[in-house]
Amino acid sequence: MSAARFSARFYVAAGIVAAVLLFGLVAPLVFRTHQVGDVVGGLYDHPSAHAWLGTDNLGHDVFTNLMYGTRTSLLIGLVAGAIATLLGVAVGTLAGYRGGAVEEGLMGFTNVILAIPSIVVLVLISIALGTRSTLTLAVVLAVTSWPWTARAVRAQASSVRTREHLDVARLSGAGTFSLICYDVVPYMLSYICMAFVLQVSGAVLNEAALSMLGLGPSGGVSLGIMLHWALAWESVRTGAWWAFVPPTLLLTLLAFALLMLQSSLDELFNPRLRRHARRRRTARPAALPLPVERPVPEGAAE
Amino acid sequence: MSTEPTGRTTPADDGSASAAADAGDALVVGEHLTRVFGRGDAAVRAVDDVSFALRRGEITTVVGESGSGKSTLARMLLKLLPVTSGRLVFDGADVTDRTDTTAYWRQVQAVFQDPFSAFNQFFTVRRLLARSRRLLGAELTEARMVEALEQVGLAAGDVLGRYPHQLSGGQRQRVMIARALLMRPSLLIADEATSMLDASLRATILNVLTDLRDRAGLTILFITHDIGQACYVSDQVLVLSRGRLVESGPAERVIFDPRHDYTRKLLADVPRLHDTG
Amino acid sequence: MSDTAPAAPLVRARGLRAAYRSQRGSDVVAVDDVSLELSGGQVLGIAGESGSGKSTLAAVLSLTARPPLSVLGGELTIDGEQLDLSGGRRPPRTWRGSVVSLLPQGAMNSLSATTRVGDLAVDVVRAHRGRVRRADALDLLTDRLDALDLPRRVVDSYPHQLSGGMRQRVVTVLSTLLDPKLLIADEPTSALDVSTQRALTELLRELLHRGLVGGIVFVTHDLPVLRAVADRIAIMYAGQLVEVGDTAGLIDDPRHPYTAALLASVLVPEPQIRTRRVGGIAGAPPDLAAPPTGCRFHPRCSLATDVCAEQSPPLLGTIGAGYSTCWWRAEHPDEPLEARL
Repeated sequence: MSAARFSARFYVAAGIVAAVLLFGLVAPLVFRTHQVGDVVGGLYDHPSAHAWLGTDNLGHDVFTNLMYGTRTSLLIGLVAGAIATLLGVAVGTLAGYRGGAVEEGLMGFTNVILAIPSIVVLVLISIALGTRSTLTLAVVLAVTSWPWTARAVRAQASSVRTREHLDVARLSGAGTFSLICYDVVPYMLSYICMAFVLQVSGAVLNEAALSMLGLGPSGGVSLGIMLHWALAWESVRTGAWWAFVPPTLLLTLLAFALLMLQSSLDELFNPRLRRHARRRRTARPAALPLPVERPVPEGAAE
Repeated sequence: MSTEPTGRTTPADDGSASAAADAGDALVVGEHLTRVFGRGDAAVRAVDDVSFALRRGEITTVVGESGSGKSTLARMLLKLLPVTSGRLVFDGADVTDRTDTTAYWRQVQAVFQDPFSAFNQFFTVRRLLARSRRLLGAELTEARMVEALEQVGLAAGDVLGRYPHQLSGGQRQRVMIARALLMRPSLLIADEATSMLDASLRATILNVLTDLRDRAGLTILFITHDIGQACYVSDQVLVLSRGRLVESGPAERVIFDPRHDYTRKLLADVPRLHDTG
Repeated sequence: MSDTAPAAPLVRARGLRAAYRSQRGSDVVAVDDVSLELSGGQVLGIAGESGSGKSTLAAVLSLTARPPLSVLGGELTIDGEQLDLSGGRRPPRTWRGSVVSLLPQGAMNSLSATTRVGDLAVDVVRAHRGRVRRADALDLLTDRLDALDLPRRVVDSYPHQLSGGMRQRVVTVLSTLLDPKLLIADEPTSALDVSTQRALTELLRELLHRGLVGGIVFVTHDLPVLRAVADRIAIMYAGQLVEVGDTAGLIDDPRHPYTAALLASVLVPEPQIRTRRVGGIAGAPPDLAAPPTGCRFHPRCSLATDVCAEQSPPLLGTIGAGYSTCWWRAEHPDEPLEARL
């Protein structure tokens, strides 16, 4: 396979995600006029040259909060997404590869976790933890969101399991661990990549929801915490739009871009979903009812 | 690549469908081998009471249509699938319930149908071959890899560093045979190993198998749905239909003088290139 | 119609060219200047190895070429109606299904699992003839099944309730329901066991015999199957036809070295193959992104001379009657090839 063709959607989505990443990671190093926690004005000062996006209820600069808040949200999203993907892939692969009783046991456990409303668990765990660092919050988010990945990965793994190269590897004497690591997981990488993107977007949104409820990471600022304070100090009623519109926009943009990234990756990895293929399917009834396979250049398939 | 008759021995015709354990020089003997999938009403007897003997240094071909149970039989012989009932004897020892598969796989190796999906696409040929380290230990040397590749007519320098998509279909299947030969097995099972290759390549792969038999005395179990290929390579032919062994015997006898109705029907349906009168 | 021949062929294709647009922007020409003719009531077999472009030719002839495959040029005349394929023009919708129909590769596995065969037939008929009463469409199907000695029960069956061979025959009946003038069958027998293979080829001959299809182009890699079903055979190599001729003549006395080599590598259960070592063909088919100069088969040909590498071989014969394209043959018109290999 030569260089894959990316769609315009992919570039737009990747561009937005990259911009948000840059904003969260690089911007705090560039715009150093204010520090987090500096009181630079009064209650809900209007945007000005001094404070580009005005000030919040404590007189902190909203733009500075936005930079550091994005950083925290991204950090939680990436860490939680990574842990959740790791757990989900481990459980799903083991279940799909082993099959039988192992599969039933693991999937039963996964379904039980799925059946518990995650927000309730989040609230309970968050309360139980007392002080919550950014990292603990990420772990809590990961622990409640891995089952979706596990279920999807299990289906993939059990289809990879039937490929001939596993039998060949067995006959070469490869052990179970080696089979899973080298013969099963690499075949699901594209899928795992998409699952990770979904998990990140889920974790960013869940963090925002928890923080809005006042259960966010203690002693810091995140997009959700900004919204929490904006709501608590009645910025909506007083018309201080700069306190809640920027974090809302950033969250929406990030979640939207991540979902779009995931779906354009899906399109890339599953050529059947590509645009012209879809057009073909809708056009079919006018021609033959039999799905006409698009001929692949013979030999190119090798 | 020229026209030269292959030295072929024509063993005595034993004729019976249970061409079995009496063969003194048999490497593998299967007695009443049966494999059932599922339970109760849904049970399917994929292989049903099949008895046979694979003689040393011969190519035995299992011929059957899709669903005849030929691949299930191969997987049982490879110990990739447990036997439901019956007995499997390898080199004089009962291996039906043997769990020590590592030692077994040094003796019995296989090549499969699809020369692409049999490869892990992320591995080079070198890495594919090096995976046998767990079976071979220190015996696995570069020289041994080169030798195995040479046996199938490949130059090690050309292929060792390549990924499967950089090889042609014929090269891929040769590499797969080389991987099996690396273990220096006494039995090679070729499960539809040539079905997905073009006719022009098929013959060259089959020639690799006949050469291994003639020069190295390798015992080969060749599995195919194509009677033409069976006719070209086999010493002995087993005809499988719906899990049952319907006819077995020397290739010449089974193919040119079939006794079972099923074999006759099968042969009658095979399209020919020339009128056979 | 400038054709002055007494009986115009049913299908006449000239200069077909089609290419796959590769991801690096260059074109892989998989069908390069192919011309052929097919008389009414006949089966033309097209044989070749994988990578020869035979499936691409099937897509071009059946007007089903889709991106990344694009038709670069050529002219197709079916039963007097002419179609210019150049410049990416879309074929008229009315042609597909009723003038030309495709029996695609692996069609037996592509039937919608949740639709009964009868409903599929209704869809087919309605797609081409507008609002047709359901009962009329089903009548058409049952009449067809009766005529071809296939069981009526399939009308109410779901695909999974039929055996593989029966599914393939049902797909064949569905794709010929509108009496197409030309049926393109792309590897229709490859996934079938020999007995069902035979049933399918008999069905195709029956369709021709009853005039339900005008002519058939049968694409396969399997020469023995073609011997059983085809009246004429065209051998394809690296995107071009290298030999076309009557089935018996082509098999008994091949004119092109590639045809001879292909025939020599066929393994059939005949006594002589047990005593002969079959060599196969050395080398591999060329990369169509950069095909060899001159005769495309010359790197693998044991009879090749310098001229073969330099100049395209002459066309010996006529497109209508049969031909081969070979420099060696031009100099040795009557020598049998079998002895030379």
